[in-house]
Amino acid sequence: MALLEIEHLQIEFPTRRGVLRAVDDLSFTIEAGEVLGVVGESGAGKSLTGAAIIGLLEPPGRIAGGTVVFNGRRIDNLSPEELRHIRGKEIGAIFQDPLTSLNPLYTVGRQLTETIRVHLRLDGAAARERALALLREVGIPGAEQRIDHYPHQFSGGMRQRVVIALALAANPRLVIADEPTTALDVSIQAQIIALLKRLCRDHGTAVMLVTHDMGVIAETADRVAVMYAGRVAEIGSVRDVVKSPRHPYTVGLMGAIPTIGGARDRLAQIDGAMPRVGATPKGCAFNPRCGRVFERCRHERPELLPAGATEAACWLYDAAAAPRKEVAHG
Amino acid sequence: MADAGGRAPFLAVSDLARYFDVSPPLLNRLIERRGRLDLKAVDGVDFQIRRGETFSLVGESGCGKSTVARLVVGLYRPTRGQIEFDGADLARMKSRLEQKPLRRRMQMIFQDPYASLNPRWRVRDIIAEPIRTHGLRTGAAAIRARVEELLGQVKLAPADGEKYPHEFSGGQRQRISIARALAAEPEFLVCDEPTSALDVSVQAQILNLMKELQRKLGLTYLFISHNLAVVYFISDRVGVMYLGRLVETADAATLFAAPRHPYTRMLLDTIPDLAMTGRQRQPVGGEVPNPIDPPDGCAFHPRCPFANERCRRERPELRADAAALVACHAVEEGRIAPEMS
Amino acid sequence: MVTESADLPIEPAPPRAAGVLRRALDSDLLYSFRRSPLTVAAALVVLILGGSALLCAWIAPHDPFDLASLSILDSFDPPAWVDGGSWTYPLGTDDQGRDVLSAVLYGMRVSMLVGFSAVGLALVAGVSLGLLAGFVGGWVDTLVMRVCDILLSFPAILIAILIDGVARSVLPHDQQDQIAFSVVVLAVTVLPAVQFARTVRGSTLVERNKEYVQAARVIGVHPVAIAFRHILPNVTGPVLVIATISLAIAIINEATLSFLGLGLPLTQPSLGTLIRVGQNYLFSGEWWMILFPSLALAGLALAVNLLGDWLRDALNPKLR
Repeated sequence: MALLEIEHLQIEFPTRRGVLRAVDDLSFTIEAGEVLGVVGESGAGKSLTGAAIIGLLEPPGRIAGGTVVFNGRRIDNLSPEELRHIRGKEIGAIFQDPLTSLNPLYTVGRQLTETIRVHLRLDGAAARERALALLREVGIPGAEQRIDHYPHQFSGGMRQRVVIALALAANPRLVIADEPTTALDVSIQAQIIALLKRLCRDHGTAVMLVTHDMGVIAETADRVAVMYAGRVAEIGSVRDVVKSPRHPYTVGLMGAIPTIGGARDRLAQIDGAMPRVGATPKGCAFNPRCGRVFERCRHERPELLPAGATEAACWLYDAAAAPRKEVAHG
Repeated sequence: MADAGGRAPFLAVSDLARYFDVSPPLLNRLIERRGRLDLKAVDGVDFQIRRGETFSLVGESGCGKSTVARLVVGLYRPTRGQIEFDGADLARMKSRLEQKPLRRRMQMIFQDPYASLNPRWRVRDIIAEPIRTHGLRTGAAAIRARVEELLGQVKLAPADGEKYPHEFSGGQRQRISIARALAAEPEFLVCDEPTSALDVSVQAQILNLMKELQRKLGLTYLFISHNLAVVYFISDRVGVMYLGRLVETADAATLFAAPRHPYTRMLLDTIPDLAMTGRQRQPVGGEVPNPIDPPDGCAFHPRCPFANERCRRERPELRADAAALVACHAVEEGRIAPEMS
Repeated sequence: MVTESADLPIEPAPPRAAGVLRRALDSDLLYSFRRSPLTVAAALVVLILGGSALLCAWIAPHDPFDLASLSILDSFDPPAWVDGGSWTYPLGTDDQGRDVLSAVLYGMRVSMLVGFSAVGLALVAGVSLGLLAGFVGGWVDTLVMRVCDILLSFPAILIAILIDGVARSVLPHDQQDQIAFSVVVLAVTVLPAVQFARTVRGSTLVERNKEYVQAARVIGVHPVAIAFRHILPNVTGPVLVIATISLAIAIINEATLSFLGLGLPLTQPSLGTLIRVGQNYLFSGEWWMILFPSLALAGLALAVNLLGDWLRDALNPKLR
């Protein structure tokens, strides 16, 4: 049984102009101890998914359908009180901006011990010991002094380490990391990624790593789910998805990333843009931009189908269908 | 410094510096006996750009590359140094009027597609502003025609001129910014992280567009970025900056194939391994020091595995080393083995 | 395989709804207006009071300033529904025989005129000063802001009294009544002008550093053009909200001045003047002389205030 199972998740935003569906029939699983990357561009719905799992979806957004099962227990329909117990203890969170993730008015030590005491029921001295151990583990030099410092006394990279310590404080089984390195310099990014990977391996924590940066995924994740317009377009092991993608969108995405040693005259580009929420085309959401589109794509929405080493939501991989003519683009 | 063809460089920057006064207020200084404090955002930078080429400045936050961009384009006045554009020293011209014809030939594209367009103006007015300011076309009809032509050049529809910026996506707004910059008919474009705020697929569109425009219109680019892969794609020559100084300058092929300066090597090492070679990365420890209080000598020495006593005392100058210019004592003394990647 | 043709059109921005009116009616602003019954009621009150005040010359049953039509015999008549009153004077008469309803209508017109003039003048002066201070910076900014600080450290009424007092001592006695209107407007303008200047200066400082302003500088646009064509349209939003609430305050301030005898005289009374006169007779039993002007004043100020509140909430992007 997987640690986290998401089935047919739907996230909606009721507005006065109608209901906008931001995540539409999303399904994936995370096994214990694995790192699943959820990659996608702006508007794909990846951050919303992370927020929905821990119950931090901002109203009027709401889960309109589907289930989120964590450790065999359904959590999408829990009361806020019950969710609070799970948040922090079982599921930790790391957000993008370390500046706003920490309360500027409390010392770092106080924020750590607060979490530890609430979830692990340790008394003052033991909690502080554990906090110190955590700070050392995330690589804060001089932890004994810095535990009593305020967040503004740390640099960006150090703050993010503290946030990681906070997320791991109660030994959660799953950590949801939403763009944890985007706001950091490249050299610090590398440090933080390495740290996250090592810690989660040591603690046996699973990670749902949400990001738009394919490079971070390639370095950190075991499996990756590529999201497009609120659904999974392709999912598989990182190696397979990155080296031999199957879904035309993933292919386009990988081709559009500039690489050292790669093309220098022109990048392979995907024309057009991701459809706005509420303006998703009929059939496969990617069909207006796809270079291999044919008639069926415009009417029927594909489910995830086995495609070589990965699974792709694309009719090209429907083995059951008879060979069909490909329509030229347009 | 003339190039092989004997022509003078299009843009030549020498000993360019910009300090910001971050002193505490006068009262505090008197009472607490604190001195003046200067933030040396740019501290002595030299480079040349030839006509038609793309020169990139790359570095992490706080290295001063954005400040250099703003100095070149005139948004800041230099604390010292010279900026020569097509032979004319910009710093010496004092009045706005004197600088105006020269400034027209140099335009800028900004990083934030949301803040770089006036939200209250229609797109056609935004693009027409340079045309009107410099009198490049007369008559409403001529201006409208030119705006449509520019919209077409950046692959937007003529009808988009009637809309407001908030009706467009980030990538489309960046196209509008490019169209506005082109409206002044410039020869030189300073691009300050134009794709950093964009998604990968949109970034590819914009980068391709910029390359195409460069070919078609014969533009010269000064390209600022923190993304080395983007820099690899778009540049002819590259300058690496750290804490307000240039540490290495070389043409792109040389820099990426055989980086010399330890910081350049470290930066290249941080690029994620998309080829999935399983290469183990060595993240260099430490963080970028506070620019208000930079280390003595070589700014990189606290993080450098090759630092020696001289590095702690003496600031290295840019010296030629084979095909590159490198500011590093260890390279000069031959203490670093050349690395081929 | 991905198409590499760069000549395909990029997805255009979504089409705009046709017609300005359609879009205005459909807009978020009007939507939030319709949904709030309190705001709609407030708007109605302002419309009714304001409308009748403007049209007072036509709808008032009598002209309270036509001395020929006044009859001392009609003085101190109570309102129509009380014993002794009649429907000729629906709200009763005052000590001179003037119809209270007509006096209230005319008084409301004067009050609103003062209020609008003061706020209008304050907008022109305050926005210009704020724009100047924020855009130019340096010692100009410091000077303007310190003057504003000094003015704000005094209670508004005190400043108004000061201006009024100076005017009275400077000008000859017989001219005072004629220019009383201008003096009162000036006195009431000071406070909102200073508040607008501060708000605009703050917004200007924010906008000045935005990249579209930097872009204009790089293009070579003249600084004055940048200030008025780029920055000004973007700083007027918050000012509009304050202006509406300032209107209510200006009306009250003017009423206070008149109540103290420092504002408008009896020859062109405002609601405040009427309240002052009415106060003299409150305890002798003629309650209607003070009640109706007071109700009109309170109703007007409250309604304008509520409208201002709605505008502020509706324009606040964070609440939407």
